[in-house]
Amino acid sequence: MTLDFSTLLPYLDEILEGLVTTVWLTVATTFVGIALAIVVAYVRDGAPGIASSLLGAYVEVTRNTPFIVQLFFLFFGLPALGVPISATVAALLAMVLNLGAYTAEILRAGIDSTARGQHEAARALGLSRLQSFRHVVLVPAFSRVYPSLISQCIIVMLGSAVVSQISVFDLTYAANFIQSRNFRGFEVYLVVTLIYLLLAVGLRLGFEFVGRRLFAFRQGGSS
Amino acid sequence: MALVVVNDLHKSFGDLEVLKGIDLEIEAGEVVSIIGRSGSGKSTFLRCLNQLEHHDWGTIHLADQRLDGGAMSPGELSQNVGMVFQSFNLFPHKTVIENVMLAPVVVKQTPRAEARQVAEQMLDKVGMLEKIDAYPGQLSGGQQQRVAIARALAMQPKVLLCDEVTSALDPELVGEVLHVLESLAAEGMTLILVTHEMKFARDVSHRVVFMHHGHIHEAGDPQTLFTQPKTSELSQFIASIL
Repeated sequence: MTLDFSTLLPYLDEILEGLVTTVWLTVATTFVGIALAIVVAYVRDGAPGIASSLLGAYVEVTRNTPFIVQLFFLFFGLPALGVPISATVAALLAMVLNLGAYTAEILRAGIDSTARGQHEAARALGLSRLQSFRHVVLVPAFSRVYPSLISQCIIVMLGSAVVSQISVFDLTYAANFIQSRNFRGFEVYLVVTLIYLLLAVGLRLGFEFVGRRLFAFRQGGSS
Repeated sequence: MALVVVNDLHKSFGDLEVLKGIDLEIEAGEVVSIIGRSGSGKSTFLRCLNQLEHHDWGTIHLADQRLDGGAMSPGELSQNVGMVFQSFNLFPHKTVIENVMLAPVVVKQTPRAEARQVAEQMLDKVGMLEKIDAYPGQLSGGQQQRVAIARALAMQPKVLLCDEVTSALDPELVGEVLHVLESLAAEGMTLILVTHEMKFARDVSHRVVFMHHGHIHEAGDPQTLFTQPKTSELSQFIASIL
């Protein structure tokens, strides 16, 4: 067998379209998923109650079932319940819910390790629980768990390959599509593998860049 | 009428009764040092005064207003009683000026420009104006504690509580913090300090309160108290620390 990458050239548009879908799904999921995780972590950090229990159930169900089943449940299950949902929306929703649950747990570890004195100082200054969470607890908590957070976002980006199973035109869908036309499996999947690798590296670098700005206080300091 | 009036304060942690009925009146502008062995209840007493601990029985009034039992919101409390901690507890992700401005802006809803002005004033008072943009991790313990004092003062409280504020400091840094407290006292700030700095208690405070087993065992002006203790517990305590 000889390698011939020129066989991919007619399919550049498909690869590009798949890449764009994968990237925007990942970026949107990262932002919305982390926002969701912050809300979940805040509620679960508070007094036990119905909201806290419901969110706890959401986190446990999500973390203990396969992503592809969650995706199928949303895409095939919701219409059966009379809620029409497009493949793209189902994909985005599944990814956001997935990242939200894992990140909420990661973030909770960071919140739990907040020094008692920080809470006391905030209380002595008159901050409410929400104010204290927002201004005192959140940023240091994120900084403590940031490496795990980056890994989790990369896992979700790579896991997004699964959305090709409900015919969302992502990078993996593009690869399957091209391979079924030109039968050049090796070339197609090699290229797509490299693209995923670059995306993962790029995502990590982006996170680290943001982290250096956001957590500037950790540089050259002992605390 | 005294500024702070504490009546029959009781506090237990489970079966352990830590405060067994504290009565104390403190005048505006008075500097009161609370001394005693660890476990005597002095820190718990201080923490009841700004409701970081909720006592089981008794009342606390500040300027004729009930302070305890939910009578004041946390926001109101922080504008009446400020607190400085042994371990500074500055917010590590905020610069010096942000630490000082946070509560005025968020709790008091002071406009940022005005809050910044007040913060600069307070930082000037503690000699930390030139470190305004530093993060706490870049400061020495003494500098951090001085910022913590400025942060408490920025809420313009009527009373400042100091809970062993020099205990976590290297010996050579204790002086700069005590110096700040001394100048606050000279300005007429009402200070209530739990302290192990006996020299400071003797030289700066107007009154020294000796706590023992959850009671105020002996109290009086520092000269008399340190030189002519009335009770054997106090003379033993003084002997053990000098």
